[in-house]
Amino acid sequence: MRGMLKRIGWELWLPIVVIVAWWVLSSGSQSFYFPPLSKIFQSFHQDWLFAHVPTDLWPSLRRLLAGFFIGTALGIVIGLILGVVRPLEVAVTPITEFFRAMPSAAILPIMVLLFGLGVEMKVAIIAFVTFFPVLLNTIDGVRALDPLLGDVAKGYRIRFMDRMLYMYLPAASPQLFAGARVAVSMSVIAMTVSEMVGTPGGMGYFVLDAQRGYAIPSMWSGIIALGILGYVLNKLFLLIENRVLSWHRGMTALQG
Amino acid sequence: MTLSTDTSSTERQPILSARSLGHAYGQRVVLQGLDFDVAAGEFLSIVGPSGVGKTTLLQCLTGLQAPTKGEVHFEGRKIGRTPPEGLAIVFQDYRSSLMPWLKVVDNVALPLKSAGVGKRERTEIAAKALAEVGLAGYERSYPWQLSGGMQQRVAIARALAFRPRAIIMDEPFASVDAQTRADLEDLVLRLKETHGITILLVTHDIDEAVYLADRILVLAGKPGRIADLIEVALPSPRDQISTKAEPEFATLRARAYTLIKQGGNVPAAARP
Repeated sequence: MRGMLKRIGWELWLPIVVIVAWWVLSSGSQSFYFPPLSKIFQSFHQDWLFAHVPTDLWPSLRRLLAGFFIGTALGIVIGLILGVVRPLEVAVTPITEFFRAMPSAAILPIMVLLFGLGVEMKVAIIAFVTFFPVLLNTIDGVRALDPLLGDVAKGYRIRFMDRMLYMYLPAASPQLFAGARVAVSMSVIAMTVSEMVGTPGGMGYFVLDAQRGYAIPSMWSGIIALGILGYVLNKLFLLIENRVLSWHRGMTALQG
Repeated sequence: MTLSTDTSSTERQPILSARSLGHAYGQRVVLQGLDFDVAAGEFLSIVGPSGVGKTTLLQCLTGLQAPTKGEVHFEGRKIGRTPPEGLAIVFQDYRSSLMPWLKVVDNVALPLKSAGVGKRERTEIAAKALAEVGLAGYERSYPWQLSGGMQQRVAIARALAFRPRAIIMDEPFASVDAQTRADLEDLVLRLKETHGITILLVTHDIDEAVYLADRILVLAGKPGRIADLIEVALPSPRDQISTKAEPEFATLRARAYTLIKQGGNVPAAARP
């Protein structure tokens, strides 16, 4: 308990110092673009507690989750197949490497053409950027499987679906989660960018709209809210990962 | 057909038989001209120096790999590329053969799930098998929380729960300490007695081969051939102390050892 408090204190001191410094240094600011932090806090309070939660945060979150789940699910299923069928994987590697390296903003125009300016386009972009890190890490995870596991599956006549669900997928899960962790950050970026074009609504739209209307404190509050969203999502993801991979952590801790 | 009252191991109906079995990896011939039968209920040790092709033989006998020459029959049917029903395998490396993300009971029950056994029934069978190998109370543990010897017990329980007529074991006790090894040897002997399961055990340890077996298949030479099939006339039940003190034990042990030593050294021209 004391150790935990100490750790939390150790983690918190620098952010607190930064916030205090910002507060003090900006307190007398006359700059239009860098308003005092107190004003930003004021708009944060007005905007995000909780006036814009149903109109902007909630739609953003729904798109994000929808896109993330679609991308992750496709990445896992296709990754498992490609990981098991080696020749197929070799054939598609150049393509997957190419698309993984492509920035999400670059595919925006084509997604607009394909899916229009609405929710579908935004979800599609988020799913697209989520898909590749999950896919590539799942393939790697499956390829790194101990060949003995295949012998066990064969020797004990484990059915295809059971093999996938109870053997290959869990075996690949530490790497799969590493990919999905990257995908979380990338999906927040993709969400923000996709909301800056197309139909109104969402946190990305909110920030751009505030900037265009010279509501600079609101723009700042939107940016901070996006940062907090990304942070919270990352923490939530780590929590889930720790739970799902508890066997892996326990095992590696024992084998030291 | 009348029931045979003959109990000598060679005249019973063979459960597993190899006919001119051979295997080559490309140009490199590893095994050549292996012919032998394993009787139902028999304990056959397969012993040989490392690199003689023991693991290849085991892979061919289990159907994990199709031999490049000859055939293997299990219960009268030819084994192809898939292990037949009724045969279970215990692998050497328990660390990779057990699944660390599954609890002990689920490791044992997974093959049953795939075989279509309902959840309650397979949990019961798994718990029973675990109790039989002395692991009652460890059902909810993860394999990596157990010692090496206990993990190999889990692997044996998994084989047992599969309700096989024969179990093939690949150097199952190679990576545990001496005391654990002796305990596991006696456990396997006991399971063979109580269930009447045929057991093939691959080992490089001659003492272990003699102690456990009804017959020893000595594999030697390059490519590996059967140097001898030795009948083990030691009294049952075996005992770690008194069996190993029998003069017969020393004789058999010396015989197998000599064969292995010679097998590796016989010049190619002198081979039949």
